[in-house]
Amino acid sequence: MSTTGLSPAPVPTAGPTIDTVPVVSRKTPIIFGVLTLALVLILLLEGQSGETTFRLAARTDFATLPELTVPSMGGAWALAVACALLTAESVRRYAGRRRTAAWVLVAFAVAWMAGFLTWAAAGETVPVVGLLAGSIALAVPLVFGALGGVLGERAGVVNIAIDGQLLLGAFAAALVGSLTGSPWAGLVAAMVAGALVAVVLGLFAITYFVDQVIVGVVLNVLVIGLTSFLFSQVLAPNAASLNTPPRFPRIPIPVLGDIPLVGPVFFRQTAVVYLLYIAVALVSYALYRTRWGLRVRAVGEHPKAADTVGIKVNRTRYRTILLAGAIAGMGGAFYTLVSVPQFNREMTGGAGYIALAAVIFGKWDPIRATMAALLFGFASNLQGVLAVLGSPVPSQFMLMLPYVITIFAVAGLVGRSRPPAADGVPYQKE
Amino acid sequence: MSGTGETPGTVAERPRPPEPEGPSRSHSVLREIASGNALAGVLAVVLAVAVGSLMIAVTDERVRETASYVFARPSDFLGATWDAIWGAYTALLRGSVYNDRVDDFATRIRPLTETLKFAGPLIAAGLGVGLAFRAGLFNIGGRGQMLLAGAAAGWVAANLGLPTALHLPLAVLAGMLAGALWAGIAGVLKARTGAHEVIVTIMLNYVGFYLVFFMLSRQGLLQAPGSGNPKSAPAQETAILPRILGERFNLHLGFVLALVAVAVVWWLLSRSTLGYRIRAVGENPSAARASGIDVGRTYVVVMLIAGALVGLAGANQVLGTVTSGVTVDLDAGIGFDAITVALLGRSRPLGILGAGLLFGAFKAGGFAMQASEGIPVDIVLVVQSLIVLFIAAPPLVRAIFRLPAKEAK
Repeated sequence: MSTTGLSPAPVPTAGPTIDTVPVVSRKTPIIFGVLTLALVLILLLEGQSGETTFRLAARTDFATLPELTVPSMGGAWALAVACALLTAESVRRYAGRRRTAAWVLVAFAVAWMAGFLTWAAAGETVPVVGLLAGSIALAVPLVFGALGGVLGERAGVVNIAIDGQLLLGAFAAALVGSLTGSPWAGLVAAMVAGALVAVVLGLFAITYFVDQVIVGVVLNVLVIGLTSFLFSQVLAPNAASLNTPPRFPRIPIPVLGDIPLVGPVFFRQTAVVYLLYIAVALVSYALYRTRWGLRVRAVGEHPKAADTVGIKVNRTRYRTILLAGAIAGMGGAFYTLVSVPQFNREMTGGAGYIALAAVIFGKWDPIRATMAALLFGFASNLQGVLAVLGSPVPSQFMLMLPYVITIFAVAGLVGRSRPPAADGVPYQKE
Repeated sequence: MSGTGETPGTVAERPRPPEPEGPSRSHSVLREIASGNALAGVLAVVLAVAVGSLMIAVTDERVRETASYVFARPSDFLGATWDAIWGAYTALLRGSVYNDRVDDFATRIRPLTETLKFAGPLIAAGLGVGLAFRAGLFNIGGRGQMLLAGAAAGWVAANLGLPTALHLPLAVLAGMLAGALWAGIAGVLKARTGAHEVIVTIMLNYVGFYLVFFMLSRQGLLQAPGSGNPKSAPAQETAILPRILGERFNLHLGFVLALVAVAVVWWLLSRSTLGYRIRAVGENPSAARASGIDVGRTYVVVMLIAGALVGLAGANQVLGTVTSGVTVDLDAGIGFDAITVALLGRSRPLGILGAGLLFGAFKAGGFAMQASEGIPVDIVLVVQSLIVLFIAAPPLVRAIFRLPAKEAK
């Protein structure tokens, strides 16, 4: 009964996998096959007519790529055939006991998406740069939140309060940004606000052993109530002086920003987004390559062992969730200092829960969680773009996607997703 | 069982408490919540109300004005503070219990009936969350379950033509069934794959929201015929819960149904075999399994019943409180409030009844407070969440009030 027992934590090192016969999952070829079949079915059942244009350059580009126009059905069928070929390649590799290579995965994803868009946007123009850049914009708070979530859970503290950290961060950034007139001061305030939520979480979850899920859920409600109350009582009546934060300017990076397609998407962003790149790199490096990271992971996997070798478990947990809270708070600042230059009640719209989903879907790894958050950002931006193009897919199903994927992920249907062993378990010294 | 027993092929697992000795941490927390003394509960409410008062005072305009010369004339400052807080809480009471500012008796006790009206769905949904707690499961999916239940009840109420004796029960049952099935997904996944019910129910909230939103914006599914809004057709007369105190009061049969649910859940938990199993699994799943209880099946059954209870709350909203048609706002925050109700009621049916009445009073009074004193109703959210935080951490409350600590466990 390995699925139900209160077994001691499985040791995460690769103990029994030293043998030379690699275990290759057949999930990838199957998923490829199903997706290809779905695309073919869509094309068969609901034919479109006309041509699809892909606009690959922003208007301000230095070196512009030409627009790409293809006949909708012909192009979509060509891409569906490409998907089928890639599926065949994946099956061939599986038969030869080899994993599906990363390039096949990427190529399949691009081909499938392009095929779908070619069909969905028949007779219209797809703004590729806008689609991708918008995805980044929607994903930034998610990535920050997911990074904070990964850090906390790696140290053994389940953080359901990411949404509260984002929301309080957004509030603090708007308030302090308006008062000081400096977006940087707002950003710092957001980090402090995120850390403040983390302090309360730590006080109840680490010091008083209250169940972390309860604390997290209640903290979210508390922050919603607090910010909505203060918004109606203080911010809204004095909107001119208290709720008009300055925005971070867009800073194009000289050479990188001129690269076609990549430049406008990644390197013509605000300072917050560049900070995000740095944060992702730093967190993943620190977590796996430094002594500090080793300690954090030790505390999350086996606190008793960590304590035995002299690591202060609860102090490490406190420090980690404070840092995690500050990172999540930065994500909150993105709402009020970049996206919309003012605070509104419940303006995160539950983004913290999507960030939590990204943490799980990303298997508690900073890079994978970032990828998952980007995917979720892409999904929600895609539904916006499709709504404008008037596509036949109901937007609600696109919006549902991140959550459905997460349910499949925790149920073990899309790869295995295992949390740190001591995640959510308070540590009591005996 | 050692670590090597876990092959990479096993399914996803969320927090699997690694202590082999004794029940897991979360279960002992749940037990702590269930067995903590009543004094801590009362003090938690006092503490939360005190913090709420502080917030009301700090954000009150006249208090801030007088604070600028507090050392010159402290009486002004204290008076303004008192006025702000007193005004807020008397308005709360006038909106929730007894309004002394009107003449005839019926209108004076009208606020009390409003409290009961708001309490009905809170009690029903709180029972759903609390019952799951007793089996060691967190049901955070109240919102999704209510939405699905509301959609199902709303569809039956708007589209079937039947006499009241059939139509009303059928609509309520449809709601309960839909809520049960939606919660059952989480139960089955927990039993089959070990997927953590917290994550699954949170995600099902969003999936349910978009699913109902989709159905409400499609002709032929739920959308009112000929309408462009994401809203269903209003419930027919034959499916509306009757008002129990006459047309002057909004209180409807839903409150009585909630009381019946309290009795049923009480019987279920303390008098039935199933209830015994539920409590055994909640206390210690390993021991329960060792004594021959099918833990997985118990999880599924508990989630089905819990979903049905939350579904009753959803049906209550659609068939009693807002009968003009189903919208995606039908849960009105009750799905999340139910968690706080269950925690405050310590997952006991009678405790949940009391907590539901208290939070119903907060709800009814909160709107009155906003209308008459201009204090945003969100303060109620703050006070409610603080109550739960303090309740969940009895050592903290004891430390604040310098109560003697309970004997060490």
